[in-house]
Amino acid sequence: MEQFNWWVIVPVFAALIALRWRRTSMLTWFAAWWIGMFLVVRYGFTVPVPMSVVKLYMGLVTAALVAYVLTDAGRIREVTEPLAAFMTERRYLPYLAAVALFIPAAVAFGIYRDMTRVPQPPSFARTIHPATPAEPIDVHGTSYDLGTADNPYRELEETDPAAFKARVENGRKIYYENCFYCHGDVMAGDGMFAHALNPIPTNFQDPGTIAMLREAFLFWRIAKGGPGLPAEGGPWASAMPAWENFLSEDEMWNVILFLYEFTGHRPRAVELH
Amino acid sequence: MKRKPGVLLIGLGVLAFVATMIGAFRLAVTFDQRLAFHPPISERGEAEEWTPRQEALEQQRQEEEEAARTKPYEEEEYRAFPKVGSRVAIWVVAQLHLLFAAFVLAVPMFAVVIEWIGIRTGDKRYDALAYEFTKLLSVSFSLTATFGAGLTFMLIALYPKFTNYLMHVFSPTFLPYVLLFFAEAGFLYTYYYGWGKFSPKVHLFLGIMLNVVGTGIMVIANAWLTFMMTPNGVSESGALISTWDAVSNYTWMPINIHRLIANVAYGGSVAAAYAAYQFLQAKNDAERAHYDWMGYIGNFVAICGLLPLPFAGYWLASEIYAFSQTMGLTMMGGAFSWLFIIQAVLIGNLFLFANWYLWLGMGRIQGAERFRAFIWPLLTIITICFAIWATPRSIIATTEEVQAMGGSSHPVLGYLGVMSAKNTAVNILILTTYVSFLLYRRSGKIPTVKWAKTGNLAQAIIFALSAATVIGYGIAGYRVDAATRIGFSRPQVGAVLLAMLLVTVIDVLMLRGAKTTDTRWGKIRPLSQYLLIMLAVTFTWLMGLMGYLRSGLRLHWHVFGVVRDTSPDAFTPTLGFATQVVSVTVLIFFGLIGFVFWLAGLSGKESHAGEEAAAHAAHPSPVGFDPSPAGATPMSSAGGSAPAASAATSSRIETS
Repeated sequence: MEQFNWWVIVPVFAALIALRWRRTSMLTWFAAWWIGMFLVVRYGFTVPVPMSVVKLYMGLVTAALVAYVLTDAGRIREVTEPLAAFMTERRYLPYLAAVALFIPAAVAFGIYRDMTRVPQPPSFARTIHPATPAEPIDVHGTSYDLGTADNPYRELEETDPAAFKARVENGRKIYYENCFYCHGDVMAGDGMFAHALNPIPTNFQDPGTIAMLREAFLFWRIAKGGPGLPAEGGPWASAMPAWENFLSEDEMWNVILFLYEFTGHRPRAVELH
Repeated sequence: MKRKPGVLLIGLGVLAFVATMIGAFRLAVTFDQRLAFHPPISERGEAEEWTPRQEALEQQRQEEEEAARTKPYEEEEYRAFPKVGSRVAIWVVAQLHLLFAAFVLAVPMFAVVIEWIGIRTGDKRYDALAYEFTKLLSVSFSLTATFGAGLTFMLIALYPKFTNYLMHVFSPTFLPYVLLFFAEAGFLYTYYYGWGKFSPKVHLFLGIMLNVVGTGIMVIANAWLTFMMTPNGVSESGALISTWDAVSNYTWMPINIHRLIANVAYGGSVAAAYAAYQFLQAKNDAERAHYDWMGYIGNFVAICGLLPLPFAGYWLASEIYAFSQTMGLTMMGGAFSWLFIIQAVLIGNLFLFANWYLWLGMGRIQGAERFRAFIWPLLTIITICFAIWATPRSIIATTEEVQAMGGSSHPVLGYLGVMSAKNTAVNILILTTYVSFLLYRRSGKIPTVKWAKTGNLAQAIIFALSAATVIGYGIAGYRVDAATRIGFSRPQVGAVLLAMLLVTVIDVLMLRGAKTTDTRWGKIRPLSQYLLIMLAVTFTWLMGLMGYLRSGLRLHWHVFGVVRDTSPDAFTPTLGFATQVVSVTVLIFFGLIGFVFWLAGLSGKESHAGEEAAAHAAHPSPVGFDPSPAGATPMSSAGGSAPAASAATSSRIETS
């Protein structure tokens, strides 16, 4: 629950309920919902939502509000009539003039803000899970076809639980000797070196990472690391070492068993035709 | 008479100006000739002597001629298409061919069903409606064939080696394809021109055969393109082992099913757009009533096709993963994953527009006011589901934003970016759309059975249980392995389909003998018609984008893993470029389909002589609701004349 800014969310919804209770005009209601939703999306989360998603959500909110108003002739009147009155009736002239001045002033301020902002590198959509190479990979002289390869010790889970546990324990030892510096104590991608890296290490607790992937994919990524990432898709810039230079095949398969055991995720199975 | 001195002066001025210009021109020509290079005066023979440069040029020409004469024959792998390149040229033509082909395959499906309803109920309006849909076919069929021929020639000309390879594998399928194409032409034109000329059963049979051969054509063509994605029946070097195995590859049947359903959705939406186009330029209430009804039916067909489409898509995606993990990851987690966000936005729009259209449609039904209160909660659910579906897993973010999030996915919104959330959102979207349709259907009816309250309660409980099942499995999906999670989509879909079935059965039984109110066809805001057009555009755009995705998954392969693409276009274009090509193709398609609409409208208009006669007529007759307002409706296949189906403008048409 600490991931939400309740001091933003609660007042917004309280205000919207109050407006409903007071049976305010449709135009006010429309504006209140739009502003309320913007506040919730932009400031309602402890970790700010990126602007690309804020824009996406606000586009949806706008479309939904417009659809709601345009579905009924009475609602259209309720929205358009006050606007028409504001723009045509003499009594609103000072306010209209204020709006007419405010719009270019706001645009000017926006330009000033953009021009004085510290330059940022351009945003990009980074591909998190690159496609595995179609051709087999070579690790310590063994050829692995990633389309069919699987963890050779996974079956021990059923056939020899004691041996499986020993493998997992070996994986634990390897993880805390090598991986936890970046991937963290609890595999949340927040190890002591993590904040010096960009992109930061993967958070294995996240259900969108290893839970989506087959063990052969992890083996490929661990063995080949950042230098072995394929050209297409990028940009990569990953600091992950190619662990085949430091670990044996057995050690890499063991650490994979430990990753799934520790996080509670299950590896993706091979899809059947 | 007093002379105007100014006129004479102006005349003289013009003459002086013309004379000055001629003089200036003559002077310029004279100077030009004097300044130009003239060879020195000499004997004729000396003037023809060649300079060393001319000699060298002549020698070069002779060498080129000799080289051309002795050049050995070499088979070309690729030829370039000017300006845009071969890939874009093939892409656009193939897409246009496919869009028209999909339309030509789809329309007969629902035209035959509507005709059958007309025969069963004896209501001539259905017959007239089926004919109006069929009117769109003949020109579309010609355009499909034209683009098909263009595609074939361009494949042969631009990709000769690859085309030759496809012929090596699929040559046994070509003759059946051509024969089916002839049969399709025969059935289509007999079905169209034979309207009202055959007995209803014979005519219906022609329509069914048109569908059978059309589907046959699609199934054969699907074998070619799915083989390119998921090749089968060939050796590692590409040598043919079995043509049947090449045909029945991993994705052949999923694509067959997916395209069949998608064609219905897309064809319905384009036909609805035609109705909207006619509605917006209708001249009287009768025309508006007719085209409003037609648009409603087209949209109904489109939504019926849209609802099961995601499930066919899952099957296809699962087969792609089964064939190659690499291809699956490229699709969902790699270079193409962002296309799915665009897809989500477009499909979300389809659901929003479809629901919005139904809500606007309630305006034409007396007594629909009691359901207006449901619009707000339905819209809220749709917006939330839409937002979940469109939430990207890896977000486009600035460096600051990425650092704040601790990665490319947001710690909270990241949970919405995975399959469990998406599956849940789309199932609830489908359920919500069905509720909108149910409310629309019930708008003009008041049940009279004694158990109406119990029936309503049962329907509400079924909906609640279905939604709870979908959400429950969605949450459980976060705690299980990927294979189990994918398996959860089955009970989720099952719960939705079962709920729709049970609620429909209860509704049909409950509304037997219900009091009905008038449906005022044509009394709908023009905005609704623009929604129909937007639905058709969105469907078309979606087809183009997803078609690109399916084809692009092969990356730098013509036939994945077998025939490598070594052309200059052997790279994946950027998403922006791909969307531009697809958008331009969609624009061209709508330009051409606009032409088809215009021609279809022409066939219903009076002849020029008839118009003149009508203009001179002293007493124009009043017009009622005629389902064939353009006056060109054929004799009904049931034997009567379509105008006999005329009724009051506010006639009741049971469409559900």
